[in-house]
Amino acid sequence: MIRQWIGHFIRHIDSILLATVLMVLVVALMVLYSASGQSMLKVNAQLVNIVVMMGVMLLVANTQPQHIERIALPAYLLGLSLLIAVALVGDISHGARRWLNLGVTKIQPSELMKLAVPIMLSWYFSKRESMLRTADYVVAGVILLVPVLLIAKQPDLGTATLVFAAGFYVIFLAGLSWKFIFGSAIAFGAALPILWSMLHDYQRRRVEILIDPSQDPLGAGYHIIQATIAIGSGGSTGKGWLNGTQSQLDFVPERTTDFVFAVFAEEFGLVGCSLLLLLFTIIIGRAFIIASQAKSTFSRLLAGSIAATFFTYCFVNMGMVSGILPVVGIPLPLVSYGGTSLLTLGLSLGLLMSVQSHKRLVATD
Amino acid sequence: MGYSTELKNHQNEQHKFRVRLVFLILMVLSAFSALLGRFYYLQVFRYDYYQTLAENNRISIVPITPNRGLISDRNGIILAHNFFVYTLEITPSKTDDLQDTIAELGKLVEISATDLKRFKKLRAQSHTFESIPIRTHLNEYEAAKFAVNRFRFPGVELKSRLFRHYPYGTLGTHGIGYISRINENDLKQLKESNQLSNYKGTEHIGKAGVEQAYEADLHGITGFQQVEIDADGRAVRVLSSASPTSGNNIVLSMDAKLQEIVEHEFAGRRGALVAIQPKTGEVLAMVSMPSFDANLFVDGIDYDNWNNLNNSPDKPLINRSLKGIYPPGSTFKPFVALAGLESGKRQPPFTISDPGYFMLPNSRHRYRDWKPSGHGAVDMRRAITVSCDTFFYGLAVELGIERLTDFVRHFGFGEKTNIDIQGELSGLLPTPAWKQKRYKQPWYMGETVIVGIGQGYTLVTPMQLAYATATLANSGKAIRPHLVNAIVDAKTNQVKMLPHTVADQLPLNTQNLDIVKLGMMDVTRPGGTAAAVGANAGYDIAAKTGTAQVVGIKQNEKYNEKLIAERHRDHAWFIAYAPAEDPKIAIAVIVENGSHGGSTAGPIARKAMDYYLLGKVPVDPNAAPVPETTVTNAPEVEEEPHD
Repeated sequence: MIRQWIGHFIRHIDSILLATVLMVLVVALMVLYSASGQSMLKVNAQLVNIVVMMGVMLLVANTQPQHIERIALPAYLLGLSLLIAVALVGDISHGARRWLNLGVTKIQPSELMKLAVPIMLSWYFSKRESMLRTADYVVAGVILLVPVLLIAKQPDLGTATLVFAAGFYVIFLAGLSWKFIFGSAIAFGAALPILWSMLHDYQRRRVEILIDPSQDPLGAGYHIIQATIAIGSGGSTGKGWLNGTQSQLDFVPERTTDFVFAVFAEEFGLVGCSLLLLLFTIIIGRAFIIASQAKSTFSRLLAGSIAATFFTYCFVNMGMVSGILPVVGIPLPLVSYGGTSLLTLGLSLGLLMSVQSHKRLVATD
Repeated sequence: MGYSTELKNHQNEQHKFRVRLVFLILMVLSAFSALLGRFYYLQVFRYDYYQTLAENNRISIVPITPNRGLISDRNGIILAHNFFVYTLEITPSKTDDLQDTIAELGKLVEISATDLKRFKKLRAQSHTFESIPIRTHLNEYEAAKFAVNRFRFPGVELKSRLFRHYPYGTLGTHGIGYISRINENDLKQLKESNQLSNYKGTEHIGKAGVEQAYEADLHGITGFQQVEIDADGRAVRVLSSASPTSGNNIVLSMDAKLQEIVEHEFAGRRGALVAIQPKTGEVLAMVSMPSFDANLFVDGIDYDNWNNLNNSPDKPLINRSLKGIYPPGSTFKPFVALAGLESGKRQPPFTISDPGYFMLPNSRHRYRDWKPSGHGAVDMRRAITVSCDTFFYGLAVELGIERLTDFVRHFGFGEKTNIDIQGELSGLLPTPAWKQKRYKQPWYMGETVIVGIGQGYTLVTPMQLAYATATLANSGKAIRPHLVNAIVDAKTNQVKMLPHTVADQLPLNTQNLDIVKLGMMDVTRPGGTAAAVGANAGYDIAAKTGTAQVVGIKQNEKYNEKLIAERHRDHAWFIAYAPAEDPKIAIAVIVENGSHGGSTAGPIARKAMDYYLLGKVPVDPNAAPVPETTVTNAPEVEEEPHD
C-alpha cells in the first residue's frame, strides 16, 4: 500500500529534469566544500537546504496547475501588500529597505514576487484567452510594473530586474507585438543619451563603475579583477578540485555565494565550464519542451517564463563573474550557497513538473 | 462550427507560442555561446597572462591618495596646505614575523605605545596586503637610519605621505576647521555614501568648519596602481595605473588679515566677532576667542593637549560665533524699532517723556531704564541713539509678543542662518506657545516688556546678529551668509564662484528704515552711546551698543561692576555697519564679561572697519605674520617635494 502511495507520489517527477538537477547539485556541493576551506559546515547546511528544496519540488509537482491558477491572484495581492508594508515600515539594512520584521522572523517579500508575478500574469492571460486586445497588455504591464517599481525603490535593482524579466517573458510569450518590443527598445536607446546628460557627475561615475568595475579597482572592481584571474588561471582543464590558489588563498570574494562560479572555473577549467553550461542548457531545454507541450495557456506561459528566467539567472551570474556584465548580486542557480534561492528553485522545478505530468495524466487517464 | 474555430484558434495560438519559444531558445544559445567564448578567451587565449598573475601572487592594488585641496583666504593667502612627511609602513602579509619585525624596528627608530595602538587599530581595518603606518613624522636622521638597514626588513617600507598643515595655527580655526584621523563613525558614513573605496589610502577627513563642510570638494579622487609584487612584497612592475585627481582648492570669503587683526584686538578676552559683506553674504571674518591650533588635531591629538583644550573654562573648542548663545540686549532695539514703525504702532512724531522707568498698568513694578534719571523727551530716532529702555518697554507691550517676534524672525532671529558650515545653533525667540511647551507656564506681560530691550528668554548667536545687521544694512534684502567664495577645479583650474542666495526680501518702508538707520548713525556721534567709536573715523558708522546680563539684578540692587566677579560681569555687544550710506561691512561683536558695548566691543569693530575700509593696520609691536599684500590670483598648486 505504501509502495503504491509512494509510486503515485513520484510519478509526477520529470526524470530528465531531476537527473540533470541532481548532477548540478553534486558539482555544487563539491565546489562548496572547496570554497568554504574544506569545511563540512556549509556543506551540511546546504544539504538540509537541498532536502527542503526537493520536498517543495515534490509537493508542487503533485499539485494540479488548476490549483496553482487559483492562488495566482491571492499570492500576487499578498506579495503586493507586503511590498507596500516594506516601503512603509520595513527594516533598513545596508542602506536599503527590503525586510519586513514580523517579530518572529524577517521576510523579504520581493523574493515571493519572483514567482508570484509570472504566475499572476500567466493566470491573467489565460483568463483573457482568445479575446486578447491591446488593453490587456496595458493591464499586464501595470500588473508587472507596480511590484517592480516598488522593489526598485527599496532599492534592490537586481531583484527588480529579475522580477521584471520573469513577468516580461510571460507577456512576450503571450504574444506582445514585435512592433511594440522593437519600438520601445529603439525609444529606450534613443532616450539613453538624454538620461545620461541629466545625471550628475558622481551619478555617471557610479553607472560607469557598474558597467566597468575595473575603473574602481579598490572597491567593486577588486572582486571582478580577482574573479577574472581565478577563471583565467584555471586554464583548459583546471587546477583540480581543492587546488584553486586564488580561491583557497582568500582572493576570490563571496566565494560560496555570488562568486562561486569563479572557484568552479578555477578548479575545473574550460572543460568543467563547458559541461556546466551543457547541464544548464539541458535544464532550460527540457523546460522549454515542457512549455511547448503544455495544453493550457496558463501552464504554457508559466513554464516558458520559468525556463527563460532560469536562463537569465545563469547568464547574468556567470556574465558578472567573468566580467562581461555589471556586478549585480544574483546567485548562480543550484550552485550558490543559500536556502532562499534553492527554495524558489524547488518551487519553479515543481511547477514545471506539475505542468508536464498533469498534461500527461489528463491525456492518458 | 464554434468548436472548430476554437480548435483552430487554439492551434493557431500554440503555433504562435512556439514561434516565440524558438526566439527565446535562440537567445539562450547565443548568450551561452557568448559565455563560452568569454571562458575560452580567459582560460585558453589569455591563460598565460592570468596564470602568471595567479602564480606570482599576486597583484596588489595600491591606492594613490589625492592631494587634498588647498584653502586660501579671499586674497589668496594659503590657510591650509599639505606637506610631505616620512612614514614607516608595514605590509603584514609580506612580513614573516610581525612582532619580531616591530621589535627590531623599535631598536632603530622610536616606536611609542601610541604608535603601536594606532597600528593595531588600522590593521584590524585593512586587508593584509595593504601597507599600514607604524611610525609617522620620521626626521631625516631616522629616515636615513632605516634606509641603510632596509634589507633586514622585508615588507617594511619608507614612504612619504602628505600631511595637512595650517600655517597660521590658531588663526580662524573655527571657520577653517581641521582634519583628523578617520574614525569608526566616519567609516560608517563613508560606507553609506558609497565613498569608502575612494577613501582607501586616505587617513584623514574634515572634522569641523570648511574642512568638514566641503570635504567632498577638498578630498579629490583616489588613484591606484595595480602592481605585481615579488615574494618579499616589493613591487616588480606596474600593470596598470590611474593617477589621482587632486581635491579642488577652496577660496574663502574670509580676509585673513582682518581675521588676524580682530583676533589680536580681543587681547586675551573671550568673545566672538562676525563680519559680513551685506550685499553678498560673504563672511569676512569669523572670530571665536580663544582659538586653538588646528595642527594639533591632524595626526590625532594627544591626551594632554586634548584635556587642556576640553577642560579649559574658556572653552576654546566651541565656536562662539555659531554656538555661543547670548541675550542680544540693546542690539535688539533697532529691529524692535522697525517692528514698531512697520506695524504702524509708532509714527515718526511720537515722543515719550522718560522718567527713568516704565510701569505696566495695574502694576507697581518698575522696569528701570539704564539711566536712572531718564532721558527726557525721546522720539524713535533718539531712543535708538541713547538706547532708551523706557521707550522700548512701552513699544514691546503695544506690539505684543507675537507681532514682535513674527516681525524680527524675518531678520533671522530664532532660526539658523544656514551658513555653509555645520554646527550652528538657532538661538531663541520666545513666544507664549514656546513657553507653554517648554515650562508649562503661561506668558506674562512683564516678559514682553523685557523682550523689547533684548533681555529675558531671547537668545542669539553672534552670526545671527551679524546676519540681521547685514540685512538691515542691505535694506531688508537678506543674503545667506557663507564662508566659501569659490571652488577652483584642480584639473582645469576653472574657478567656480558660488552663487549668493537671497534668503528673504523684506518689503520695508524706506522712510521707516531711514529713521532706524539715522538713529544708529547718531550712536557713533557725540551724544550717542558709542561716540568714541565713531571719533575721527573718516566714514559714517551706523551702530548699536548692547549689554547682555549674565547675573540677574534684584529690584533695589545696583549693578556695580567693580564688586562683581569678572565672570559675572555683563557681556558687551556691539553691532555696526559702514559706510552708513553704502554699507560694505556689517559686524556683530560680543566680548564676554566686557561690561559696556561701547567701550570694549566697539573698538574691536572699529579696528576691523578701519582695516577693511581704509586698509589701516593697527600699530603692533609683534610683527604680523599674515602678509598684508593683496594677492588677486588663485592659489597655486603645491610643488612636489624633491626626494
